[in-house]
Amino acid sequence: MTTPIIHMENIKKHYGNVIALNGVTFDLMPGECHCLLGDNGAGKSTFIKTMSGVHQPTEGSITFEGKPLSFESPRDAMEAGIATVFQDLAMIPLMSVTRNFFMGREPAKGWGPFKRFDIDKANEITMAEMRKMGINLRAPDQAVGTLSGGERQTVAIARAVYFGAKVLILDEPTSALGVRQTSNVLATINRVRSQGIGVVFISHNVRHAMAVGDRFTVLNRGQTLGTARKGDINAAQLQDLMAGGQELAVLEGSLGGTI
Amino acid sequence: MSTEMLTHRDERIKSESFATKLMKRPELGAIGGVVLVTLFFLATADRTMFTLSGIMNFMTPAAQLGILGIAAAMLMIGGEFDLSIGSMVAFAGMLFGAFTVNVGMPLILAIPLTLLLAAALGAANGLIVIRTGLPSFIVTLAGLFILRGATLVGLKILTGGATQLRGIREAIGEDFLAPIFSGDAFGFLFRWLAEAGLVDSFKSGVPKVPGIPVEIIWFVLFALAATYVLLRTPIGNWIFATGGDANAAQNSGVPVRNVRITLFMLTAVAAALVAIITVMDAGSTDARRGFMKEFEAIITAVIGGCLLTGGYGSAIGAFFGAIIFGMVTIGLTYTKFDQDWFQIFLGGMLLLAVIFNNIIRRRVTGER
Repeated sequence: MTTPIIHMENIKKHYGNVIALNGVTFDLMPGECHCLLGDNGAGKSTFIKTMSGVHQPTEGSITFEGKPLSFESPRDAMEAGIATVFQDLAMIPLMSVTRNFFMGREPAKGWGPFKRFDIDKANEITMAEMRKMGINLRAPDQAVGTLSGGERQTVAIARAVYFGAKVLILDEPTSALGVRQTSNVLATINRVRSQGIGVVFISHNVRHAMAVGDRFTVLNRGQTLGTARKGDINAAQLQDLMAGGQELAVLEGSLGGTI
Repeated sequence: MSTEMLTHRDERIKSESFATKLMKRPELGAIGGVVLVTLFFLATADRTMFTLSGIMNFMTPAAQLGILGIAAAMLMIGGEFDLSIGSMVAFAGMLFGAFTVNVGMPLILAIPLTLLLAAALGAANGLIVIRTGLPSFIVTLAGLFILRGATLVGLKILTGGATQLRGIREAIGEDFLAPIFSGDAFGFLFRWLAEAGLVDSFKSGVPKVPGIPVEIIWFVLFALAATYVLLRTPIGNWIFATGGDANAAQNSGVPVRNVRITLFMLTAVAAALVAIITVMDAGSTDARRGFMKEFEAIITAVIGGCLLTGGYGSAIGAFFGAIIFGMVTIGLTYTKFDQDWFQIFLGGMLLLAVIFNNIIRRRVTGER
């Protein structure tokens, strides 16, 4: 078996006297989609923020491509190849797709103070990258505000992939999407995975996770409840793990399996 | 690219007409405004308004305001306001007067020093806004009063009690830098045109318009440079991003703090430049210089298509916004109307522009 791209061992994170993470172990293989599941308050956000360099862990170690590593800032993590697509997507609706795609990393032409934004090249790359993800833009100067939620998600993913992500963290990418858009985003995740990029897929929707996940790790109250491979676990078991079991089983009976 | 796009066209997207595309340009409103105002004055004003000297007449105040307006537009696109620019004109004018008259510096020292001090004050505005997280509206409103007051007090100290500092023209004399900041440019061209009979001239053969006032040259160059920076450089993208969503920009690696501070410095430097030009032109400076200019500059930017919420706008729009301003202020004197209609007209323009911009924004973002 290959070595994991990133291995996070026994991560603990305390905020004052609040224990947000109490020993989470997680690893990610290249080309794998590892789903991180958990209910609200389980510690998913804190965990991915630790992985993407926003927070430093109180305890525990991070190994990236076989080397021990500690990220001082999100920038460090980004440069190492860990890209995070947060729920707000870091997209600006009033700006064009191209301008959003290259925001903060504009290709420049020329020298010294006369460096200019190579907009033709940027437009070309944006159109090409979006087509690879299965979205045909009307025009590269289309404002992001005119795209659907799923398309915006795809722009954010395409941007991360284009800028050399080795690990792609997706924070609830499907939470606000319709059925068709969700399937588009899931298809995009599949495409990204096949390029050898490791995907961390955060969700609390078991069905979405089952659709693309290779492994599933469930967090509850800051701890790992366990990691399962695809095929070793079914949706109902995952759901039970996430909710902590008991009450939901009772509820599910009365709701007729609609959750 | 076009063939590719045709083959991949989404059947649910209607093709856009040229008019719709035009509607999405932020400067459209301002250009439309210029056309309307021109038609209005062509119908009502004395014909001398649109002669060469008439045009120079309204372009000069337009240029002085426009330099401020373009800077204000760039800051507004970056998501901030600067209400201290009018007072900054007065304060920088006082500094410049003090350097030339009281200290006796040559322009080569006085001008950079004035610009530098203004830039430092602009940076201070920016730092306070960033550090405190307060709206720039309030921080620079404080600046409006502080700088105006400092100008009054400063002028009294410098002159021994007066609020006007005279003798600047005499102090400058025949400085080699003076023609860049005052007087008329391209005089030779106008003399040549007069000799050839292409422009109006007095009986002596001297052209009626001796040249293009330098502020108009500065105005045009600044508009071109600002447009280039906004649309064709990485920094331009950062300005739009900072104003559009500072958090998203920050997360994408845009140096949001530096962008903001630089923009505050830019508005202050633009104010100082206007101060230097107008003070050299008048030969004196007083405490009321630049009075209300902060609001006029913001109106210029809004008429030019800037959204009050930031992230959208154009320097060319502000350029035309300033021209509308100049035409209306000066143009009314060419008509039979009372000149005080000007403020009513201006308020109306502002209201229309804001409503119009709001509609445009919905169209651009496809909001329903």
